[in-house]
Amino acid sequence: MNRFPLWKNLMIGLFLLAGLLYTLPNLFGEAPAVQVSPLKATAKVDEAMLAKVEQTLTAAHVAYNGLELETNGAKVRFADTETQLKAKDILQNAFGDSYVAALNLVPNTPNWLRSMGGHPMFLGLDLRGGVHFMLELDMKAAIDKTMEGHARDIRMTLKDRKIRYVNVVRDTDTTTVKFRDSDALEAAFPVLKAKLTGIGLSKSTDGGEFRIIAKLSPEELTAVRKAAVEQNIATLRSRVNELGVSEPIIQQQGADRIVVQLPGVQDTAKAKDLIGRTAALEVRMVVADWRSPDVMEAALKGDLPPNTVLVDDNEPYNPFKKLLLKGDVELTGDNIEKADPSFDSRSGQPAVSIKLDSVGADIFKQLTRENVGKTMAMVLIDRGRAEVITAPRINEEIGGGQVQISGAMSPQEAGDVALLLRSGSLAAPMHIVEERTIGPSLGKENISRGFHSTWVGFALVTLLMVVYYRVFGVISVASLAVNVLLLVALLSLLQATLTLPGIAAIALALGMAIDSNVLINERIREELRAGNAPQIAISEGYKHAWATIIDSNVTTLIVGLMLMIFGTGPVRGFAVVHCLGILTSMFSAVLVSRGLVNLIYGGRKKLKTLSI
Amino acid sequence: MEIFHPKKDIPFMSYGKLTTFISLVTFLVAVFFLFSRGLHFGVDFTGGTVLEVQYAQAPNLNVVREDVQKLGYTEVAVQTFGTSRDVMIRLPLSKSANAAKQSEQVLALLKAKDASATLKRVEFVGPQVGQELVSSGLIAIGLVCVGIIIYLAIRFEWKFAVSAIIANMHDVVIILGCFAFFQWEFNLTVLAAVLAVLGYSVNESVVVFDRIRENFRKARNKTVTEIIDNAITTTMSRTILTHLSTQLMVTSMLFLGGEVLHNFALALTIGILFGIYSSVLVASPLLLMFGVKREDFIKPKKSEVEHALP
Repeated sequence: MNRFPLWKNLMIGLFLLAGLLYTLPNLFGEAPAVQVSPLKATAKVDEAMLAKVEQTLTAAHVAYNGLELETNGAKVRFADTETQLKAKDILQNAFGDSYVAALNLVPNTPNWLRSMGGHPMFLGLDLRGGVHFMLELDMKAAIDKTMEGHARDIRMTLKDRKIRYVNVVRDTDTTTVKFRDSDALEAAFPVLKAKLTGIGLSKSTDGGEFRIIAKLSPEELTAVRKAAVEQNIATLRSRVNELGVSEPIIQQQGADRIVVQLPGVQDTAKAKDLIGRTAALEVRMVVADWRSPDVMEAALKGDLPPNTVLVDDNEPYNPFKKLLLKGDVELTGDNIEKADPSFDSRSGQPAVSIKLDSVGADIFKQLTRENVGKTMAMVLIDRGRAEVITAPRINEEIGGGQVQISGAMSPQEAGDVALLLRSGSLAAPMHIVEERTIGPSLGKENISRGFHSTWVGFALVTLLMVVYYRVFGVISVASLAVNVLLLVALLSLLQATLTLPGIAAIALALGMAIDSNVLINERIREELRAGNAPQIAISEGYKHAWATIIDSNVTTLIVGLMLMIFGTGPVRGFAVVHCLGILTSMFSAVLVSRGLVNLIYGGRKKLKTLSI
Repeated sequence: MEIFHPKKDIPFMSYGKLTTFISLVTFLVAVFFLFSRGLHFGVDFTGGTVLEVQYAQAPNLNVVREDVQKLGYTEVAVQTFGTSRDVMIRLPLSKSANAAKQSEQVLALLKAKDASATLKRVEFVGPQVGQELVSSGLIAIGLVCVGIIIYLAIRFEWKFAVSAIIANMHDVVIILGCFAFFQWEFNLTVLAAVLAVLGYSVNESVVVFDRIRENFRKARNKTVTEIIDNAITTTMSRTILTHLSTQLMVTSMLFLGGEVLHNFALALTIGILFGIYSSVLVASPLLLMFGVKREDFIKPKKSEVEHALP
């Protein structure tokens, strides 16, 4: 007798039910939607926001199909893309600049299914269309910037405590402060020690020179690198949010790389521009301008006074097209709280209004107080180029932290600059090391081709199996179908990214999964040929085939796991599905097919022949 | 229905010399082409930019090529794929910092010439990333081999492990040789297929090995050659059917799967064809050559030896 105990049948039933349930979300398709989300992470996403969306749409007589609140914003579904586009504009106008309304596609999964964790498979960019970038951080620049910040802190602290020093010299990963005598050195050391916590300080009196050397230790270097990646990711997040992309993926890869995936984005130029730009604002003091031509001419020839830099200046009245600035950065864009495009009240030129945070406002106040009568320069570093935007004379102390920069900018540029300053600066410049863009039509084509070839292959295999093994062939195909069901359910449940190679893996998994059934069927035939009774042939056939199935699947699984760990991109996409496919195939080929065989033949006492 | 059901075992091992010779020749030919022609690496490994552009009407490829060359690229490959309206443009890796901008430049130019040009796909891979993909691919192949050897050595015996790996690497090298000979593009997706073949082929050898082990335990009075012949003959029907069904799937991908899956399926097809051959006619003769014997599985019982003592 071939019978499964009740628990085994129940378990198979349970798995089948779960498989059906979690495959189901893939059948509902997607609806056009608009997602409204606040730009600032601090802004509240609550019922009031949802109510406002509802009111706005009702007032504009736009019909919608569903409305829901998610952690990062509100989503509204529409019947067609035309209404979706109309609603997007209406919602954007109603919510203003601090919110973004983005076009989106949301799955039509019913609520009861979603509450059980049922979601459609997560499609990769090659199936959805969109842009994939891999960006690499320039770590040297990040470390440089950190050292620059430390040097600034040292100068500020010493000035504050009125300790006299000769100079502060910065090297790649060290900063050296020189003092006139050992009294000053001894006075400065504890002060700096207390102020600079993240850096190692040492005293040196070699060669009759009194110095304090600040050096980043390996741990601090690691911390700087880590912080740089984190800050860049945070900055990228806010920039991408402003682009209005729904469901972007931004994550770290390796030690110094960031992957950005923007589904549905077609205008790659704009995306690339905003992502890669490192707009940073710096305030520096002017050493010499066109009013001291001797110094300028010498500087242009390469004779720079110590601790100064030449920076581009495109003001028409400046014949040198350069300004000589102090090497020390007094204030950076990190202290910016808000930046908006505006117009200069006097000249009417496009400008950017900046509000500094409290630390920045204090620094700015001190700076302007100490330098009344001198000139300072606002330097904008954009796309790796530094340029003086404006160089005003300081007439009085400026408190309150309100700064305006204006210069040769178009309103569009002012908007972009404001966006870049607002979204925070990048800790280190990045460059694109990999880009993959897939047009939306190609994505759709890939899906249909992938699935089409899978179904045709499945049909051919079905034909072969049924002709060759008859009833046992039908059983094999049924268990293969269960395999597809479980695999799709598992992929949906785990939300593993399905790519085109992933679809290929599904197809291949089916082709290979049938191997287990073939092994079993061949073995049963052999047992029958050896003269065994049908019932015994079935149980012996399954028993012997099992050992082979285990060995062959484990070796395939080893390959799959290695690919998953060491593969990248398409290889990994293939490997994940491949591994899951092996697991589901072992279950379906052995348990499900046996269950079916037991159901059909297991109960018959006088079984004479098997249809195999 | 049965396709393969011989009354007697086929003496596969007696052809051992011939089959080993044939595989040695194919192997050497593959290695020869691999070195003389080299693989036609895709942009994944070489770095560079590939654009796929669709036109409303089939464009003149020479004109497109000249247009792109005017931008200052010397080695531009322009070709159609799929239909005559789909054009693929491949740009070499540029040393300049904004290599990522190449695609935009080219597309802007093509759009200016023909407004119907729409971008279907862009791939840009920087030089360092390309090198990393090569090395991670090689590491993956190496580790897969080590993993398989360890598993088979534990489950079977080292002789089985080594024969299986040699047979499978033989398949992999032949696939690479075919790609080199026909200059088909070798990219990451094809690499995935090659690695899948590695797993598939081992799977194949394991099924035969499993039967050899079983025969050793069951049939005590047969020679090693007879045992191997019997194992291959009894699993033959399964081998044919499994490969047939996998090949049906792969063929469907080859013709219906589109551009990306085409080369993937091509690699698998070669792998499946040679997978049958190598598991039957390479792995098993090797096993014989390494001197597999019954004692590898059935340890002589110590108690018998003790009783023999006075």
